[in-house]
Amino acid sequence: MIHYNKFTLSNGLRVLVHEDNTTPMAVMNVMYDVGARDEDPSKTGFAHLFEHLMFGGSINIPEYDEPLQMAGGENNAYTTNDLTNYYISLPAENLETAFWLESDRMLSLAFSEKSLDVQRKVVSEEFKEHYINKPYGDVWHKMRELAYSTHPYRWMTIGKELSHIENASLDDVKSFFFKHYRPVNAILVVGGNVKTEKVRELAEKWFGDIASGDKYVRNLPQEPVQTGAHILDVKSKVPLDALYKAYHMYGRQDPRYYAADLVSDILSGGGSSRLHQVLVKEKKLFSNIDCYHFGSLDAGLLTIDGKLVKGVKMADAEAAVNEEIKKIQDTRVSERELEKVKNRVESMLAFEDMSLLNRANNLAFYELLGNAEQMNTEFENYQRVTAADLQEQAQLIFDEKNSNTIHYYAES
Amino acid sequence: MVLKPYEKYVLDNGIPVYTVASNEQDTLQLELVFPAGSWYETESLVASATNFLMKNGTSKHSALEINEQIEYYGAYLNRASHHENATYTLHSLTKHVEKLLPTLAEVVLDPAFPEEELAIYKQNMKQRLVVSLQKCDFVANRFIDKYLFGEFHPYGRVSSMEAYDALQTEDLKAFYRKQYSFNNCRIFMAGNLPANIIPLLNQYFGSSEWNGRNELIRPDLPILPAEEKKHRIFNDENGVQGAVRIARPFPNRYHPDFPKMLVLNTIFGGYFGSRLMSNIREDKGYTYGIYSHIYNFRQSSALNIQTEAGRDVCEATVEEVYKEMLQLQQVPVPEDELLLVRNYMIGSILGDLDGAFRVIQRWKNLILNELDENYFYNNIQTIKTISAAELQMLAQRYYNKEDFYELVVI
Repeated sequence: MIHYNKFTLSNGLRVLVHEDNTTPMAVMNVMYDVGARDEDPSKTGFAHLFEHLMFGGSINIPEYDEPLQMAGGENNAYTTNDLTNYYISLPAENLETAFWLESDRMLSLAFSEKSLDVQRKVVSEEFKEHYINKPYGDVWHKMRELAYSTHPYRWMTIGKELSHIENASLDDVKSFFFKHYRPVNAILVVGGNVKTEKVRELAEKWFGDIASGDKYVRNLPQEPVQTGAHILDVKSKVPLDALYKAYHMYGRQDPRYYAADLVSDILSGGGSSRLHQVLVKEKKLFSNIDCYHFGSLDAGLLTIDGKLVKGVKMADAEAAVNEEIKKIQDTRVSERELEKVKNRVESMLAFEDMSLLNRANNLAFYELLGNAEQMNTEFENYQRVTAADLQEQAQLIFDEKNSNTIHYYAES
Repeated sequence: MVLKPYEKYVLDNGIPVYTVASNEQDTLQLELVFPAGSWYETESLVASATNFLMKNGTSKHSALEINEQIEYYGAYLNRASHHENATYTLHSLTKHVEKLLPTLAEVVLDPAFPEEELAIYKQNMKQRLVVSLQKCDFVANRFIDKYLFGEFHPYGRVSSMEAYDALQTEDLKAFYRKQYSFNNCRIFMAGNLPANIIPLLNQYFGSSEWNGRNELIRPDLPILPAEEKKHRIFNDENGVQGAVRIARPFPNRYHPDFPKMLVLNTIFGGYFGSRLMSNIREDKGYTYGIYSHIYNFRQSSALNIQTEAGRDVCEATVEEVYKEMLQLQQVPVPEDELLLVRNYMIGSILGDLDGAFRVIQRWKNLILNELDENYFYNNIQTIKTISAAELQMLAQRYYNKEDFYELVVI
């Protein structure tokens, strides 16, 4: 059970406080309700590039990192297709430094040409390091384009192409900031060795007079139901053939999400999971195979992803995967197997909650979803799933017409 | 700052158990440590294969049955093999630990090393290796350690297809019996521990002299560094980035310069505000990130600067790294920067000691290296008091260009 207090400033900034007096530390988490899905299709990668610019100095503070390090703090940030999150960890007695820094960059950035210039290059190198200069690094770029015709999940957070990042202008930066980085579109979580009343006082003092901004109303083009299998054959300079199969699933707040999530746990995630046991250990068709999804807020993809053992034919490998899919569609999982994946969720949630930063981050995430309280009831949503639910979702999701397959061949 | 003390218990057969309890969560961590790292192997990869395959079948249960048993309770049983030690670590909810201990004991005391499991392991590890060998950073890490320590030293030895092919179950069994013996086992535990945990550990691990007594001797091994210092390797003619490594040998943690170097290294390339990061990422945009590291190896350490930089700016990156070294040799670190780094390091140690799991980790590193809390407190003292003049002398001693191995892999 995670305890927290919640209040909203008059400018619309939501504030959550999680007191934990067992630690000498404090954390501050600022989540903005904007991600790569909110980008213009001709300016992709922007939300993430923007995250880098948030460290390039704000209106009254030329250097973000220096004062924080001086206060013994550390920070980082990440951008996903759905949201952007900034977090700080520092000795609790220096908490106000975090308020000062985060409020100033919510007030306004410095919008420096030099910072934009450098971060364009840094992000280009990040793009190369993770997606170009790496075997199979382009597969998610291809898979998103194959699976989505309409929804902005068509592109990756890093961007569709390097040129979009290279062409970003300072005007783009400014309008993005004043559209999305406003108190009304943000959630502030403060946790650790702090007191709610003190946090309220500091929040009023530092964030209270920032102009509210307009609430961003998201109106994204929704992906139509897929009505036929998509298949893409790729040949590339990689050493091993690989198979990727992705199926449209549900958004994070859909009640069917939990059953779909447990389907992936039945298939993969441990030495006793089905895909590993049958396809790696017994049939020896794959050297590794996993089933996963990204927990996206809009409908994401349930994906099976494996590398073939050298010499195995793609068709044989794929047939064996389909056989496992058919098994989970045709036969209900046993109570013990269902219990196992629920136990795993319980344990995973408990270990996740051990870290103060994770707790603050999760509170912000669930508040963004609609209500922070969901963090404390999430396990019940999993507990309610029955073997029949699981079977039903396996049948619906793993429908051939809903499939997107990439045969990734090694150039011989 | 206080390092929360551990409690020590001794099992009936003499195995020491170090614990840091905390009842705020319902989770615990139980780690068994053995001197079974690559240091002790006579054939390449035997240590890591032994460690991995202990979990894949015992005389009573198959790999699947073992995994079923652990995963049914939502627990994780991880294994790891390093240069010196190898570990088995159980993470579980406190309420399930009693049901998990029999499986953990079976894996540690009674592994069978089935032929079939070894065959699958070899095949899959070779597949993984062939993918990794396409990556410039992976290739660079292998070469730089080879230059520093020589390919016959455990610190410089690397995996290969041939070494995987040569693995034999008989070698794994022999290695297991020799290195995983009761008198070399140490147990580290943290979290919410059940009241009867010590009797339970006694029941499963403390009652007999399993695998017999093996008095280990660990003489230092000869290090044969490369003669040629400057290397350029083309791994992928179409590569858009190069992996840059600039490294030199450095004394181990028992040397008086080691704790001082932790401070200088932080200034140079150890945190986001470092000299290297500020210049090469934040000013020039050559890379997504650049860091310098101090190896924590036991016999001998090394300083290693590493980054992946744009293909056409790799050489410029190398030059900038040397410029930053020269700067630290010639100009004392300004007081405000030094104060910032002191505060940053102290703050980050404080964060690092947050929670029992992290505290036991800190103790484990001290205990396994035959150190005590004085080492920890002395390091803190060094961070708080080292002067700019001392740092400059240190830079003059250790940041000389001609002492560094230099490698770019594209």
